[in-house]
Amino acid sequence: MRRFSTISDVEIKELYTEKDLKNFNIEKDLGSPGEYPFTRGIHKDMYRGKPWTMRLFSGFGTATDTNKRYHILLERGQHGLSVAFDMPTLMGIDSDDPRALGEVGKCGVAIDTVRDMEVLFRGIPLDQVTTSMTINSPAIVLLAMYLVVAEKQGVSFEKVGGTIQNDILKEYIAQKEWIYPPRPSMRIIQDMMVYCTQHVPRWNTISISGYHIREAGSTAAQELAFTLADGIGYVQAGIEAGLDVDQFAPRLSFFFNAHSDFFEEIAKYRAARRMWARIMRERFKAKNPRSWILRFHTQTAGCSLTAQQPYNNIVRTALQALSGVLGGTQSLHTNSMDETLALPTELAATIALRTQQIIAEETGVINSMDPLGGSYFVESLTNEIEKEALDLIQKIDDMGGIIPAIEKGFPQKEIARASYHYQQQLERQEKIVVGVNKYVQQDEEPIETLYIDEKTEKKQITELKKIKKERNEQNVVKALQRLKKGCQGKENLMPLVMDAVREYATVGEICLSMKEVFGSYTEQSEF
Amino acid sequence: MKKTEIKRPLRLLVSKAGLDGHDRGIKIVARALRDAGMEVIYTGLHQTPQMIVSAALQEDVDAICVSILSGAHFALIKEIYGLLKKNKLSNIPIILGGIVPEDDFSKLKKLGVKKIFTPGASLQDIISFVQTNIKAQF
Repeated sequence: MRRFSTISDVEIKELYTEKDLKNFNIEKDLGSPGEYPFTRGIHKDMYRGKPWTMRLFSGFGTATDTNKRYHILLERGQHGLSVAFDMPTLMGIDSDDPRALGEVGKCGVAIDTVRDMEVLFRGIPLDQVTTSMTINSPAIVLLAMYLVVAEKQGVSFEKVGGTIQNDILKEYIAQKEWIYPPRPSMRIIQDMMVYCTQHVPRWNTISISGYHIREAGSTAAQELAFTLADGIGYVQAGIEAGLDVDQFAPRLSFFFNAHSDFFEEIAKYRAARRMWARIMRERFKAKNPRSWILRFHTQTAGCSLTAQQPYNNIVRTALQALSGVLGGTQSLHTNSMDETLALPTELAATIALRTQQIIAEETGVINSMDPLGGSYFVESLTNEIEKEALDLIQKIDDMGGIIPAIEKGFPQKEIARASYHYQQQLERQEKIVVGVNKYVQQDEEPIETLYIDEKTEKKQITELKKIKKERNEQNVVKALQRLKKGCQGKENLMPLVMDAVREYATVGEICLSMKEVFGSYTEQSEF
Repeated sequence: MKKTEIKRPLRLLVSKAGLDGHDRGIKIVARALRDAGMEVIYTGLHQTPQMIVSAALQEDVDAICVSILSGAHFALIKEIYGLLKKNKLSNIPIILGGIVPEDDFSKLKKLGVKKIFTPGASLQDIISFVQTNIKAQF
């Protein structure tokens, strides 16, 4: 007999009834929107009061190329910016580093010094947009650059709003763009939390990310569990840095994947809110209701897109985006149809934005809050995912928390096992991907893709050389020495990095100075 | 006289080249090749062309499997192939997997790339390709 299961291989019954919700306490487990435990959403009026933020992750080539794309996206109705950095920037090395060969401007925008950052936001006043920056190991450098650009624009830090991903734990677990070992990395994050709490109150200092965990092949429940376990790790780090939990917890936000299994994803978002509310209130004794709420960004699943019949990706993305909206997301990125082939063209990115606008303005799904609340199936699935995730968090607690668990390779191995299991299901056609293992079509017409010119690298390196010649070398050396000293001691690193940035020290120079004190991370390569 | 053939499992170097951290695919492929009876040497992440070629040299491999999803394939493969030639190893075929636009295929094939697998390739296809086309080199 055919077995029916979610994409995470959770078995699903033919019918769910009131019998499945026997121990379910509507008041305690569901509540009302805007009220603890927030299962039904974090706002009283949800999207009627404020639609989700449409925020497309974007960056390629030089800062000039990306600045042009930002202006186009803002003109076409996008609400906020989201910066994609290239691989060398993500790894904290400069465009002229031999290891950067072939990577400059390819996967995102190339940033070497604050000059590039100024160009990136040219004509975009930083008190009028919010910006999300996807950067982790070198996050302190890029945030320092953003703040220095604000300074140069004459915008005060109190008016600067946005999010920096800064979630190093999931780098070790899934995305694998690291520099320093886990413990010094956590110290850098503590310094950023303390600095922003005091000086940049509208800045979200960490976006605790399940997205990459899921992309690496986890199940929905693993995504949820490892993300919240990371969140617990950051809250502990904030408390250990001497902050009161209610001072910084309201500025933590989350980032989840919207995969293809429609109801499983909705259940995941609902379970996430309920679990986080309880963790914050019961485990950490947070008193401010704003500390209890889990605000999250959603991105549709890149790994679900296919190179085959790429137009089908528009449909996949639309359905995934809808699950994010029905699950109550605060902001949303919709992937472009061509992303398994290259970075998105302007046309593909516009269709992705229009997809969100169609959901918001045509479908009527925003008229009522948590429209699936009370569904026997969705509530049961929410409970089930919550239970599975709580079991995993318990295992991590038993190991002494997320850092020891990472050092043991626990989440890494769980994810690798889940991704291999799914791949085998695909091979056996127990799971279907249209156009890949069913409904395969020969002789497809290729679609037009964005091509990043090899000249980008040369242009960027020439520009970098020019800046290095123009800057005051002695001041750079002094600033970097002060930073190294800071790393050896207990001083907050944020102002020291900002000083180096002001002297046009490069991302690579700053990260290297810190690495000389903190050391570097290497992974045990297992498969 | 008939040449005697010593049957030994194929030895494959499996590697992530460049800065790209996307290792979901390569780990699945490495495991599948191993389960199919091949000897897999997995280098892990963030390998430079130099590191890959010296590993190939030390391990006497029959093929080099490289995964690149960052768009840097052309620059990296050119470098790997150049180093292989320099070390008189250009007979070792390269198998490339990742996000590679079709327009680049012909250029890459001139740089020692025997086969390119793009997203959606099945494990069975990868295994059969290796079993049919890769020969023990040493």
